[in-house]
Amino acid sequence: MMGSKLVALIVIVLGVIAIAQLVRVYELSSKLRNRGEHEISNRDNRLNAKMMLTFMILFYLGFIYLIYKFGWTGRGDAATLHGRELDWLLNLNFIIIILVFFLTNTLLFVFAFKYVRKPGVKAFYYPHNNKLEMLWTVVPASVLAVIIILGLKNWNETTSHAKKESIRVELFSKQFDWTARYSGEDNTLGRFDYKLTTDANELALMTTETIDSAIFNMENGPTGIKSLESKLNNRKVIMVPEDREKMENDLSRKQRLIRLLYQMKARHNSKIDAQAWDDIIQKDTLYLCVNKEYEFNFRSKDVIHSAYFPHFRVQMNTVPGMTTRFKFTPDVTTKEMRKKKNDEKFNYVLMCNKICGGAHYKMKMMVVVLPEAEYTAWMNGKKKQTFRDAYFAAAAATTAPAEGAAPTDSLAVKVDTLSVAAK
Amino acid sequence: MAAVAHEAHGHHDAHGHDHDHGHHEESFVSKYIFSQDHKMIGKQFLMTAVFMGLVAMLLSILFRIQLAWPGESSDFLSFFLGETWAPGGILKEDMYLGLVTIHGTIMVFFLLTGGLSGTFSNLLIPLQLGARDMASGFLNMLSYWFFFLSSILMLASLFVESGPAMAGWTIYPPLSALPQAVSGSGLGMTLWLFSMAIFIASSLIGSLNYIVTVLNLRTKGMSMTRMPLTIWAFFVTAILGVLSFPVLLSAALLLIMDRLAGTSFYLSDIIVGGEMLTNHGGSPILYQHLFWFLGHPEVYIVLLPALGLSSEIISTNSRKPIFGYRAMIGSILAIGFLSFIVWGHHMFVTGMNPFLGSVFVFTTLLIAIPSAVKVFNYLTTLWKGSLVLTPAMLFAIGLVSTFITGGVTGIILADSALDITVHDTYFVVAHFHIVMGMSAVFGMFGGVYHWFPKMYGRMMNTRLGYAHFWITIVGAYGVFFPMHFVGLAGAPRRYYDYSVYNEFDSGSYDMMMDLNVIITIFAIIAALGQILFLFNFFYSIYRGPVAPQNPWNSNTLEWTTPVEHVHGNWPGELPTVHRWPYDYSKPGSDVDFIPQTVPLAEGEEEH
Repeated sequence: MMGSKLVALIVIVLGVIAIAQLVRVYELSSKLRNRGEHEISNRDNRLNAKMMLTFMILFYLGFIYLIYKFGWTGRGDAATLHGRELDWLLNLNFIIIILVFFLTNTLLFVFAFKYVRKPGVKAFYYPHNNKLEMLWTVVPASVLAVIIILGLKNWNETTSHAKKESIRVELFSKQFDWTARYSGEDNTLGRFDYKLTTDANELALMTTETIDSAIFNMENGPTGIKSLESKLNNRKVIMVPEDREKMENDLSRKQRLIRLLYQMKARHNSKIDAQAWDDIIQKDTLYLCVNKEYEFNFRSKDVIHSAYFPHFRVQMNTVPGMTTRFKFTPDVTTKEMRKKKNDEKFNYVLMCNKICGGAHYKMKMMVVVLPEAEYTAWMNGKKKQTFRDAYFAAAAATTAPAEGAAPTDSLAVKVDTLSVAAK
Repeated sequence: MAAVAHEAHGHHDAHGHDHDHGHHEESFVSKYIFSQDHKMIGKQFLMTAVFMGLVAMLLSILFRIQLAWPGESSDFLSFFLGETWAPGGILKEDMYLGLVTIHGTIMVFFLLTGGLSGTFSNLLIPLQLGARDMASGFLNMLSYWFFFLSSILMLASLFVESGPAMAGWTIYPPLSALPQAVSGSGLGMTLWLFSMAIFIASSLIGSLNYIVTVLNLRTKGMSMTRMPLTIWAFFVTAILGVLSFPVLLSAALLLIMDRLAGTSFYLSDIIVGGEMLTNHGGSPILYQHLFWFLGHPEVYIVLLPALGLSSEIISTNSRKPIFGYRAMIGSILAIGFLSFIVWGHHMFVTGMNPFLGSVFVFTTLLIAIPSAVKVFNYLTTLWKGSLVLTPAMLFAIGLVSTFITGGVTGIILADSALDITVHDTYFVVAHFHIVMGMSAVFGMFGGVYHWFPKMYGRMMNTRLGYAHFWITIVGAYGVFFPMHFVGLAGAPRRYYDYSVYNEFDSGSYDMMMDLNVIITIFAIIAALGQILFLFNFFYSIYRGPVAPQNPWNSNTLEWTTPVEHVHGNWPGELPTVHRWPYDYSKPGSDVDFIPQTVPLAEGEEEH
């Protein structure tokens, strides 16, 4: 409330001042009618020249104040290996551009001040000078060459593929949250296909069971093909034409998908199931081990998001239909960083940095970097909650209440559970 | 070539003479509405652009209020947005994105492309070349009316029930393709796409006309190397537009197909709003390539006319020739060429192959060279000049400052490794608002103050112009300079509320809250400062003192036309050009300017 009132007040006060000024300025200028509006008086000229210099000084003071007050706030030191290199390069670039900024802006405003028209002084006719022009082509070009070489060297190292033994983790994004998937014992992320998405399998991982259950869902689920067909064919049900059309579209969409699912089932090799079963799905907080190299894969369920870890100097878009990647090695634990920042509540964070809808700004995940011992302890706890455990627990939970309605379903799942346990 | 054009327009000469005897009958409609006269069309573009610019500015104030005082009720917001979009005076999340999107779209396309290039290319190309009118007056008229129609559609989208487009001005699919993902991707986005398709048609027709006029209708003696830098800038801008806008049209068409015809150009493997889509095999990255193939040249479509205008203004008011005329032409051409091979720098972190990224790093940083040449040439033009600080000159000097300040941060963003940390943060917002937004707007203001006497035959008030300049530069730098710091702290752009920082980093949170308030206050000051301009502009159209024929003692041809507009520009024969336009303070001459129509004196060398 206060804020908007304050704004309204400022608007009104400034508006009144502005209008008063308008009137006054106009009166003054009409008094000076004998002077044409296009003839700039020496007084006005000099006044504006002085303003140029004053503006420059205030501008610089403002800049220096901002650097002093906020220059290192928020950003802090990088917390990854490549981040340190990157920050070094960033600082070097900043030194160069800030020097150029001061040099050229100073020349500009000082010239504007110094060479303002003076009675009796004629401008210096100076149409060109090839040597000078050569100078300011070659000097920027050489500086840029250095910038490009250093930049590309850093870029190649940062974007190169991770070592084989680096830990593989996947980040799955959707409107408006993140889910992490650790690759488990085998350090291999299980395969996925978006068509396998069900309530029990949000990340659409590919195993013999998940394919079967996706097919089952698509055919027999509450809005599955069979239920749609029976509704559409039931003459007793009267539907609004729009609703009927919607339902028909839904049906044809699902019929196309089911064909693809059956193809997938036919081609599926059950040997790769294990890759997915041992994966560990983690929500809310992402735990990482200090000084370990990570190879991150990124996926999106719906629209483009961007995985942005500001403190790690990591950013990569997540794109529906393709997998993107980034590797990094966190080398400062959360505890150490808290001490460094003198902020007990500080946390690393993963934010969404690509516009993705209304709650875009809330889409984030806390990140905690642990010392190795603590990380191992946490991971050991997690190993009892692999995808296999979570999946069958969820499948059992969702089918249990429906037992009366479709006893065969739950039986099927139970059999599955047993068969998997037997493996 | 010029001589042929001269002949071809012979009938216009006769027409011109008629003016001495009796006025050619022109109805109100053909003079003010469906006018085919380039001067009137230029003014129509300007009026429309001023209105669109005001709307976009108002939108920015609305979302700045939300950013400075998140979650607080504002009467200002509820007044403009009502209960639908600001229930209880608090902006809705979706509408925040809608405001940001339409602000960006209007500013980039309608104010700085249509408005800037449309106004000044139309006004100045025939006048500075010594032509009776554009090559095709009819196409020129169509260009304006397409622009008008697309403006209406864009504004109408603000009043749609499900809201305007909300996917950012770059409208990346899938967000822009799926109404289930955000409400603005429904009818609002459809209107956006159709508006832009019409806008592109307008821009194409206009650009083709500019190119043909520059190539064919130069008066006798006006060789390409005697053209003012304004014309060079408009010429290259038009070429960029012709080559790049059709690509945006194809990007938009494919998106329309994905939305309406169920194709999968940009869509693959998507589940949205609980619905599993069957689209497979498309790529959202494809859209980004197509979009930025226009998007980056677009930056220079916006910027080059401003640089052209400021070259002319700075030279005239320094009473010196522009330093390095040929190098200036060369850098315009170099910037124009390079602008086509740098688009990938917008996509370093999209998952595009990193090797491709490194190629774009190289080409992008090359652009810094011609840009540096331009800056140093401006500085040398000022050096040892005899500066007349008209309001136009102040804005042109301001432009050089913003071009530097915004330009140097481009070096950080062009470097893919460094871009990782600042991509899509407020650092980018600061960069392009200063280098493109402020520079182009300053160029446009400078142009309006400088050529107002040519457009309306009257003078604008100088003192109000001064006040307007100083408020604008202080306000605009005050808005965009602190954004660098917010961005370096890691603040993503297009966030509705930065108090989310409170959950994990109180230092950043405090800083962002403080700076956001400061930025908003400067934004409000800068916005109010524009009232001075509006007052001055409209007041001077009707009541300003009558302008002399050549108020700024300038060399170019437009100042040899009479103050009162005549159809065909020159009442008698077309002027003949004998020299370049920059003979200011030439040694051996008594006056400090020699118009282009003055023949070379005995033994005088052309520059």
